[in-house]
Amino acid sequence: MTDKPTSGPASRVGAGESRLGRLARARPTKPGEIYGVPGQGSTLWLSAVSILLFLFVWWLVTAMGWVKPLFVPSPMTIVTKLISVWNVGFTGTPFLVHVEISTVRVFSAFLLACVVGIPLGLAMGMSPLMRGLFDPPIEFYRPIPPLAYLPLMIIWFGIGETSKILLIFLSVFAPVVLGARSGVKSASIEQIHAAYSFGATRWQVLRHVIMPSALPEILTAMRIGIGFGWTTLVAAEMVAATQGIGYMVLSASQFLQTPVVIMGIFVIAIIAFAFDLLMRFIERRLVPWKGRM
Amino acid sequence: MRLKLDNLSVVYPASDGRPPVAALSEINLVIEDAEFVVALGASGCGKSTLLNLIAGFLSPTSGQLTLDGRPVSGPGADRAVVFQKHALLPWLNVLDNVAFGLQIQGVAKAERYATANRLVGLLGLDGFQKSPVYKLSGGMQQRVGIARALTCDPKLLLMDEPLGALDALTREKAQELILNIWHETHKSVFFITHSVEEALFMGTKLIVMSPRPGRITHSFDLPFSRQFLGGMPARAVKASPEFIKLREDVLKIIFADEEAAA
Ligand SMILES: Nc1ncnc2c1ncn2[C@@H]1O[C@H](COP(=O)(O)OP(=O)(O)O)[C@@H](O)[C@H]1O
Ligand SMILES: [Mg+2]
Repeated sequence: MTDKPTSGPASRVGAGESRLGRLARARPTKPGEIYGVPGQGSTLWLSAVSILLFLFVWWLVTAMGWVKPLFVPSPMTIVTKLISVWNVGFTGTPFLVHVEISTVRVFSAFLLACVVGIPLGLAMGMSPLMRGLFDPPIEFYRPIPPLAYLPLMIIWFGIGETSKILLIFLSVFAPVVLGARSGVKSASIEQIHAAYSFGATRWQVLRHVIMPSALPEILTAMRIGIGFGWTTLVAAEMVAATQGIGYMVLSASQFLQTPVVIMGIFVIAIIAFAFDLLMRFIERRLVPWKGRM
Repeated sequence: MRLKLDNLSVVYPASDGRPPVAALSEINLVIEDAEFVVALGASGCGKSTLLNLIAGFLSPTSGQLTLDGRPVSGPGADRAVVFQKHALLPWLNVLDNVAFGLQIQGVAKAERYATANRLVGLLGLDGFQKSPVYKLSGGMQQRVGIARALTCDPKLLLMDEPLGALDALTREKAQELILNIWHETHKSVFFITHSVEEALFMGTKLIVMSPRPGRITHSFDLPFSRQFLGGMPARAVKASPEFIKLREDVLKIIFADEEAAA
């Protein structure tokens, strides 16, 4: 055994090579882990450290006066602002109503996208006819930023609730459809053949084999989709909105009320994260077999 | 039950610049009631293609395939398939996996659980009814697959290397289990394997296949499974001089094929 790696970039580093070489090699694992599995190990503590470090640096730069409060207000300012907005509201609307309105917008768009997108994705995976018809329009609009077609939504559907929900819907819809569509391929050909050999109809194969095995991918797609939904919220509340967190952030930024902007961002992040935790929980309950057979 | 293959040929069409493959050429074979037919041959000689034909997943390029005089057109519950792997449904527990075929056929819950429970017992899986299948060992998963195939009372059981993924000891146990079940249920079986010893031990009839084009080159009638079912220990059957002699003869045929290919 030699300490020197015989090939690879590490051998050219000179003095530091043996340490670098050691870092680059996989070490034997602890019992209970599997050698060579990428990225295994708990991250809970590191995540806590990362958050605390972030808060500390934030507090430090504001407390020491290194940046002006206009650019980065102190953490305490945000908390105070939250309390005051909670008590007196923002532009005449109670804080919780802002939160509620945005949440309803995002989740109704999300539900609609799932109700329409999952069956459509499954149908596209199952049938060349459906795939042929729907693939071009979806692939066409999918990469376009929602801000770009927001004016069209407003021209076509007005400045009311419809165009807002539709904009969010579109951003959730594409990933959900694509997830369901590729989930169709999760079932093994043996599982499908087994069902057919019992005399299953095509519909029964879909219902009893394809759909359950697509579920993990559909759930992942739903998680990705709702993420897109939240990112589109601010764009949706840009025009003719008087309520909602997106509206709150936007109008606060016009009046340079940085604390409200940052607070709004945190509120969105926290709601989105809480929902993601819920989805992960559902995933564990619903598809404990994911990736295990 | 009588399955008859008449001059069957299968040609896979050319694809990706590769020439067409004559996967099967002029296959003639009859599987009678309660027969245990084993197909043996190097990989690529068309064993799975033959099984897919009988199962009804594939239609022949030419020739005829009849079950009790009627042409086979598509899969059906009279022919059940046991796959090598990846065929169980991980979102269902053992009992629901075994009952899956009956569920597809619209059998009421109480009745299908009764049947499934009987087969779970027959396959030695009692106590595991509620276990998730992905937590079972390979050998137990394979038994779930066999139980599932038996629930719909098929006439013919089709098995494509069902024991190929098992370790040696589990595999021998499973061979004996399958023979006992075959004996008790009087099913006809079409069984594919790579292993000469397994083929000789289990079959009442052995067909040896050769590649390019896939065809049946030899056919033997075998006494060994009956000896085992008559009470002779499996090891003794496999160590008997007749068994060893036939094993060497068959190995010679297969090695000759492989050399011709190389
Ligand atoms: N779907 C297919 N398309 C084209 N060629 C195939 C297909 N399936 C099998 N073959 C070819 O047919 C021959 C027989 O295959 P197969 O029946 O799987 O053999 P075995 O099960 O004995 O290993 C092989 O040469 C294989 O490459
Ligand atoms: Mg094969």
